[in-house]
Amino acid sequence: MISVEHLTKQYGRFTAVDNVSFTAATGRVTGFLGPNGAGKSTTMRIMVGLTRPSSGQVTITGRDYRELVNPGLEVGVLLDASAQHAGRTGREILAIAAQTMGLPRVRVAETLARVGLTEEEAERRVRNYSLGMRQRLGIATALIGDPQVLVLDEPANGLDPAGIRWMRDLLRGFADDGGTVLLSSHLLHEIEVIADDLVVIGQGRIVAQGSKAELLAAAGTLVRTTDVDRLARALHEAAVVTTPIDGGLRADADPELVGETAHRAGIALRELRAADGAGLEEMFLELTAETAREGAAA
Amino acid sequence: MTTQIQAPTQTPTPATPAPARTPSAPAAARAVRPIPTTRLVGVELRKMFDTRAGFWLMASVGIVAVLATAAVIIWAPDEAITQNTFSTAIGMPLSIVLPIIAILSVTSEYSQRTGLTTYTLVPWRGRVMTAKVVATLLVGVAAMFVALAVGALGNVVGSAITGLDATWDITLTQFGNIVLANVLGMLMGSMLGVLFRSSAGAIVGYFVYSLVLPVAFGTLAAFQEWFRDLQPWVDVNFAVTRLYDQTMTAEYWQQLGVSTLVWLWIPLALGLRAVLRAEVK
Repeated sequence: MISVEHLTKQYGRFTAVDNVSFTAATGRVTGFLGPNGAGKSTTMRIMVGLTRPSSGQVTITGRDYRELVNPGLEVGVLLDASAQHAGRTGREILAIAAQTMGLPRVRVAETLARVGLTEEEAERRVRNYSLGMRQRLGIATALIGDPQVLVLDEPANGLDPAGIRWMRDLLRGFADDGGTVLLSSHLLHEIEVIADDLVVIGQGRIVAQGSKAELLAAAGTLVRTTDVDRLARALHEAAVVTTPIDGGLRADADPELVGETAHRAGIALRELRAADGAGLEEMFLELTAETAREGAAA
Repeated sequence: MTTQIQAPTQTPTPATPAPARTPSAPAAARAVRPIPTTRLVGVELRKMFDTRAGFWLMASVGIVAVLATAAVIIWAPDEAITQNTFSTAIGMPLSIVLPIIAILSVTSEYSQRTGLTTYTLVPWRGRVMTAKVVATLLVGVAAMFVALAVGALGNVVGSAITGLDATWDITLTQFGNIVLANVLGMLMGSMLGVLFRSSAGAIVGYFVYSLVLPVAFGTLAAFQEWFRDLQPWVDVNFAVTRLYDQTMTAEYWQQLGVSTLVWLWIPLALGLRAVLRAEVK
């Protein structure tokens, strides 16, 4: 379990991380979602002791990261897949990590196989690696110590759809076996397929957090009809807040209530369903619009 | 008796091994042992050799020694074929290469951004730096012995060619002083590394240190009477160079101490403090 408590990081007058608190629970994949520059990487660097917080603290399985006597065996970390020595081979980078942790050499080949890097690829120097291969190598470095906790910053970056699917299965299995996974992304779709819980951050502040199911429910219902205005009025009378979307409405209520309201008002519906990803995406854009760089243009 | 006690412990063991857990399963609570410093030194030594640049830099130590020895045999006049000549010929280029090894050991963590992994696996940067300095000094001392061996071989071969008796004119003290001079040079490299934390910056700094400063101090001493007596106290290269070719007096040692305090120990302390505090990105 990772516990972040009232974490704040200031650079001069700029506050990169502003009183952030959340937990990544054991047995679950927690997605850390936010636009670029929202404070995800800073938070993760603080977690593993690379950056000092201005205030607040992070504990991993109840302890400060620096209290772990051999952190690689307890926490697998991938912060930046590009931060690898371009002149070393993939195998050598993994062998150095294994040696540092005191692991037997056989683990290098095992882990390479586990992340899907071939023997031939492992002998290549990292400067000749694609971003996707670097991500796999970085994930290998995180996994080789067989840790119980994973902290991964943008691990799906550069992976192709098959790679993302592979990672989803890998992280799912890891969490199901009792591990804790925290992974960040600035892409909602990516994190939506992988995470159980979501923590959404914008401009250094947590703007939403909860299980994916909860957040999806909060995202409401998508309803389409030919008579949008009348349905909007009916829902309004039922004290349901609605937002017009292309050819329909998004209502802040569950589909059952929306359906009943439409039925009472005698309005025929063409579509009625939980807003799902569409709603979450809207929420993500909404939550981060004022904080995102693109805010002014949106 | 013994068999009776052992029997029950063996019976529960199934004949066929239980299906092994997949390696993806995070292990249950297990003993995690601290990382010993000797292992860190081993890792740092490995990192010095395992890139092409690192390998050739290390190889250059041997190559330089052999080339310099060959040059002495070919070009030096017969009476100059002494162990001292070989050691000087080998020592000069080595004293330039060794500090660069020390610099890159530190700065590659920043220039190549491997520090992100290194400091995550070993979140005690003081220990990482200690391991780097120890590894650097091991390489330095080993290089000196390689140089000594190659020089001795050159002396034997050179004397055989000239037909004169081999002149062994390096004492143990002298060799010790030469090793110390190189160790100080490598520590300067480590100092520049922790201070700049960038390969390009530190190497430029190193050439300023070893080429520009001595010329500046030398010129100053040549033209300014008042500086002449002061130079050994402030010019660190001047003070270190005496280790190679002079008998060290008490005053020389003091001057070495004072000049290295200013040009080596204090900046090294400041650089280490910066390494411990700086954010790793």
